[in-house]
Amino acid sequence: MGSYVPSGISERQEMLKKIGVSSVEELYAAVPSEMLVGSLDLPEGKSELEVSALMQEISEKNKVFKTVLRGAGAYKHYIPAVVKSVTSKEQLVTAYTPYQAEISQGILQSIFEYQTMICELTGMDVSNASVYDGATAMAESVAMCKERKKTKAYISATVNPQYLAVVKTYCSASGTDLTVIPEKDGKTDMEALKAAMGADAACFLSQQPNFYGVMEDCTALAEITHAAGAKYVLCANPISLALCKTPREYGADVAVGEGQPLGMPLSFGGPYLGFMATTTAMQRKLPGRIIGETVDVEGKRGYVLTLQAREQHIRREKASSNICSNQALCALTASVYMAAMGKDGMKQAAKLCTSKAHYLAEQLTAIAGVEMVFDAPYFHEFVTTLPKQNEVLSALENAGILGGLPTEKGVLWCVTEVVTKAELDKAVAIVKEVLA
Amino acid sequence: MKLIFERGFEGQALCLMPACDVPECTVEGFEREQELHLPHLSENELSRHYSEIAKRVHGVNDGFYPLGSCTMKYNPKINEEAAALPGFTGIHPLQGDKNTQGCLEVLDTIEKSLAEISGMDSVTLQPAAGAHGEFTGLMLIKSYLNSIGATERKKIIVPDSAHGTNPASAVMCGFEIVNIPSAPDGCVDLEALKGAVGEDTAGLMLTNPNTVGVFDKNILEITKIVHDAGGLCYYDGANLNAVMGVVRPGDMGFDCIHFNLHKTFSTPHGGGGPGSGPVGCKAFLAPFLPGIRVGRKPCGCYKSEKAEQSFGEVKAFGGNFLVVVKALTYILTLGKEGIPEAAKNAVLNANYMQACLKEDFDLAYDVICMHEFVLTLDRLHKETGISALDLAKGLLDNGIHPPTMYFPLIVHEALMIEPTETEPKEMMDEAIAVFKELKRLAYEEPQVLHDAPVKTPVRRLDDVRAARTPVLRYSFE
Repeated sequence: MGSYVPSGISERQEMLKKIGVSSVEELYAAVPSEMLVGSLDLPEGKSELEVSALMQEISEKNKVFKTVLRGAGAYKHYIPAVVKSVTSKEQLVTAYTPYQAEISQGILQSIFEYQTMICELTGMDVSNASVYDGATAMAESVAMCKERKKTKAYISATVNPQYLAVVKTYCSASGTDLTVIPEKDGKTDMEALKAAMGADAACFLSQQPNFYGVMEDCTALAEITHAAGAKYVLCANPISLALCKTPREYGADVAVGEGQPLGMPLSFGGPYLGFMATTTAMQRKLPGRIIGETVDVEGKRGYVLTLQAREQHIRREKASSNICSNQALCALTASVYMAAMGKDGMKQAAKLCTSKAHYLAEQLTAIAGVEMVFDAPYFHEFVTTLPKQNEVLSALENAGILGGLPTEKGVLWCVTEVVTKAELDKAVAIVKEVLA
Repeated sequence: MKLIFERGFEGQALCLMPACDVPECTVEGFEREQELHLPHLSENELSRHYSEIAKRVHGVNDGFYPLGSCTMKYNPKINEEAAALPGFTGIHPLQGDKNTQGCLEVLDTIEKSLAEISGMDSVTLQPAAGAHGEFTGLMLIKSYLNSIGATERKKIIVPDSAHGTNPASAVMCGFEIVNIPSAPDGCVDLEALKGAVGEDTAGLMLTNPNTVGVFDKNILEITKIVHDAGGLCYYDGANLNAVMGVVRPGDMGFDCIHFNLHKTFSTPHGGGGPGSGPVGCKAFLAPFLPGIRVGRKPCGCYKSEKAEQSFGEVKAFGGNFLVVVKALTYILTLGKEGIPEAAKNAVLNANYMQACLKEDFDLAYDVICMHEFVLTLDRLHKETGISALDLAKGLLDNGIHPPTMYFPLIVHEALMIEPTETEPKEMMDEAIAVFKELKRLAYEEPQVLHDAPVKTPVRRLDDVRAARTPVLRYSFE
């Protein structure tokens, strides 16, 4: 049996003696005896060697694809070596929420730096210290926008369906009226949006690029939303922001997104990172931890958890959210990633993604029967028709290539900087062969 | 120390990205015009920056961390190694059941283990943290009540000693809060509870052991009062470490529970996350669960399914999977004997520290405690002017992370101490000696504690200034 209890029998006896009881069981005297568990129906404990081998064996039952041409909310990007090295430092891994500021300056400063980088990336004024993921970031943004007479939320059908599902859950939980604005030609139906929003509209949520990879006219969406007196929430892909317009430039009031592309592995869906940023005017509506700069008694610069009057441990049922633990180590990961990549590296990665995605799209659509579903600009994901879809995808799979994701509209492909031209050519050749 | 933006110079960069091997293009018509400022450092400077950052953090590995209610136990290294296996990190969440049999086996195995430990029937691994689990559990309750037409049940009862997340989560689920006062012994006041339940009761949220570290001996009566009134019982698993393998929430009468894998099951706290807050429930709530439900095909292969009446999703994909891998590694290591062994030693350690400290400090509740106990420094404060905060800051100068301060709210000048089972007696004895020395200082040289800390990278910080004139990011102008 493995155990991490360091005390031996004699120490335990000494402790019992000090307490004044004769056995550990006596300490559980308040537990009604009929309730005590005899023995758990679990396997016996194992040595580290056995556990190590077992976990290795379980992990090998998964298939690791050498080439990943699938995104849809989880993206395989290159993770610089320094990112993994920094984020495995024991102090940073094993500490908790920085309640004691004087011995938590490292965590606090790193989050302050993270907040700054998220503001830079999104063009917004203020960022929080993170939430669980892109989907919950979107869901939390609704509560930020609601006011006494502005209670209804609107969301585009073009957002990632997983995000839509989470927003629906949060809205149904709080009793918020949520309307899904339909999609038209791969984009939000603007006429439908205009017609839907009235004076009681609190916010409209959309995604850029959207679930289908399409770049929408978010400036127009922001204008329509603002004309109704509502707030515009834009969920953005962080890698795209190195080159593409920021949520602020479109006129967003709240920028949210999935931070996983910033240095986090695919990991079967988590842990990822939800980022949230907003304008100074709305900063006190942000949920979760926020770090602020201040000084100590000697005037030395330092950092603390701040604006805590929004939070559950102070406000209880009146808090802006229930969030307590967030994704601090993932936020640190994103910071180290952005710091390592720098402005130029981020731009290079973004450009590589776009260039390679366009290359794949051109090669695929040169094959008879494969066509672009939407005639619209895209960043690194696009939808094509694909005859013999299952056959093609399993042929790719057999070659170690995870092909695009089948969706209602067609197959959603994604290319990032880690995929080489040779890999793309190989994938195209396989598609060609199956369809020949 | 310098901020990362104050180091290096414009144009300095790492060589990370290769040249483009296809014709280059960008998304025309969508070009960013706003300037982008990111750090510009060499790898050496970058690496050193974060080494300096790490030196200014106190982790579990840096010393004693008796932060009550947070269960800061040792984070085993094998857990980290398992979670870093390429067969877990390299898996796309949408690559299909056939290609994710290992991930599904992880989910299935830990679901069964957590169900057994808690006395529940089903568990979802989707929630990302404890508060997120509370939200999920309350949504299960809400969905069930709606399904039986009990839509008038809108009130959640919460003791005044509860974690702030309890009422906050209930409000997010559209419930109203009924706060009930605790009895003088810190436990649920049965009369107050009887007075609070009624036809509008949706449920009760409770920890047991409770937030003062005491096992509520009336637990069966408490859950019966709520059930008899037609409400459900939610178990906040924050304090599960005291009782895992000894007594099960399911047997106490609870209908659902959240676990904090980052407390009870040894996964690291990461400076405030990622955590993982799986939710377990009795069979009658299982049809409403969110997330991936793992089933079996006739061939014995795993398949992912959705619960038939699922209330929806609380997070994209299946949860904080790598955190789940770490917790499973821990459970496999400890096994059926190791799990109660951990709980019992957590309780033993807490009682030992309590027995030693009560010679010099007042206990909020002078009874046998579970995994944690609460000191009240009310008398010390009145006699010396030294508050719980001052004492905590004195601990910082001695390399000890202070206990949780000013919680629960029902105890004046509270310090909540949770040593956990992974702390050796030697460490606790050293800490006890420090506590005693700080008490001496409080009476003889109080200024030392008013001035503390003096050995930390910064001294006491101006919280008021931070909130009044918020500086929430670095300015490049």
